[in-house]
Amino acid sequence: MAVTILIPTALRAFTGRQSQAQADGKTVGEVLKAFADANPDVRQHLYDENGELRSFVNVYIGDVNIRNAGGLGGPIEDGDTLTLVPAIAGGVVCEPEQKP
Amino acid sequence: MDILDLVGNTPLLRLDKIAAGVPGLTLLAKAEFCNPSGSVKDRAARAMLQDGLASGKLAKGRTIIDATSGNTGIAYAMMGAALGYAVTLYIPANAGKERKAAIRAYGGTIVETDPLEGSDGAYLAARAEMESRPDLYFYPDQYNNPANPRAHYEGTGAEIWEQSAHGLTHFIAGMGTSGTFTGVSRRLKDYGRGIHTLAVQPDSPMHGIEGTKHMASTIKPGIYDENLADGVVRVGTEAAWAMTHRLGREEGLLVGVSSGANVQAALSLAESLPKGAVIATILCDTGERYLSEPFWDAPIPADPRRR
Repeated sequence: MAVTILIPTALRAFTGRQSQAQADGKTVGEVLKAFADANPDVRQHLYDENGELRSFVNVYIGDVNIRNAGGLGGPIEDGDTLTLVPAIAGGVVCEPEQKP
Repeated sequence: MDILDLVGNTPLLRLDKIAAGVPGLTLLAKAEFCNPSGSVKDRAARAMLQDGLASGKLAKGRTIIDATSGNTGIAYAMMGAALGYAVTLYIPANAGKERKAAIRAYGGTIVETDPLEGSDGAYLAARAEMESRPDLYFYPDQYNNPANPRAHYEGTGAEIWEQSAHGLTHFIAGMGTSGTFTGVSRRLKDYGRGIHTLAVQPDSPMHGIEGTKHMASTIKPGIYDENLADGVVRVGTEAAWAMTHRLGREEGLLVGVSSGANVQAALSLAESLPKGAVIATILCDTGERYLSEPFWDAPIPADPRRR
């Protein structure tokens, strides 16, 4: 068992159109790093040039934004679901089959 | 006179402090935050609603329905209140809370859609609801309604040309529905004076430039005419934030991040142009509806005048 990551449409162009992924780690940061290592094209869209998580990328465990909890160093457990949400509501990628 | 009469005829401002680093060039910005609901979207909303009234599709008792990430929704809600129509808006749940509060203050109803699906998810949900009960609704469909770019062809584009005393050489703007870019560019091209028109794009589909669409991979709006763009200037979210800060502190203009992106792109373009160029862009909306967002707390970029 691992942590499930829900991927926003904006990032699916870099995950082979997958809307979910599995990754392992004891902290949120470790899980995200494992996800980025498995999907290297995602990395530049999640992290800035200093390796910091971009501030317009919000990460939730269930309904809780990690910025209001333990941040990237906060613990996470197998079976948890981690959701990546852009901080804004405009301009994300649509699945090709939904295009009119 | 009513609130709809206050739409348009906004000032064209000179950004001389921002342009201090590019001597000999002129940087102009259309102050669209001066529209009555605080954004450029008043122009398209008014045109689409008036079009519906004229055609009879916006009949008494119908509810105005559309998808929006905020500003168009605020404009519909304001005008729906003034004209006496109910308004229902499909908005991604991660849209800013000030925008949702403004819509509710005008009496609008909000249906939140999956934040992972973004503005395209809201668009598909609004369309599905309209198709399931078409007799209840008037659906302007801002992404596909020719009245949207026409408002900018007849208004914004003509205003910029007159206000620049026919001296404009370049126009550059970002795109949400693409209505502003398409309408203004088409008007400026029609003057036959060789005006260059350039599109601003976020540098990544995962970005923080509210209201701006990453065209390469999203649902392409029906009104978008890609032949109108002579070039594309890419802007990163952090650079857009930094310019938004500068506009407040150096020009006294409290505007949203898409305005910062537009001015940052205009400045990047200016650095590649010869002296004498006159560049216009759009200040899309007021920054007051973003004050709860954390980017205001980001480190303040150095003010070059104080170095």
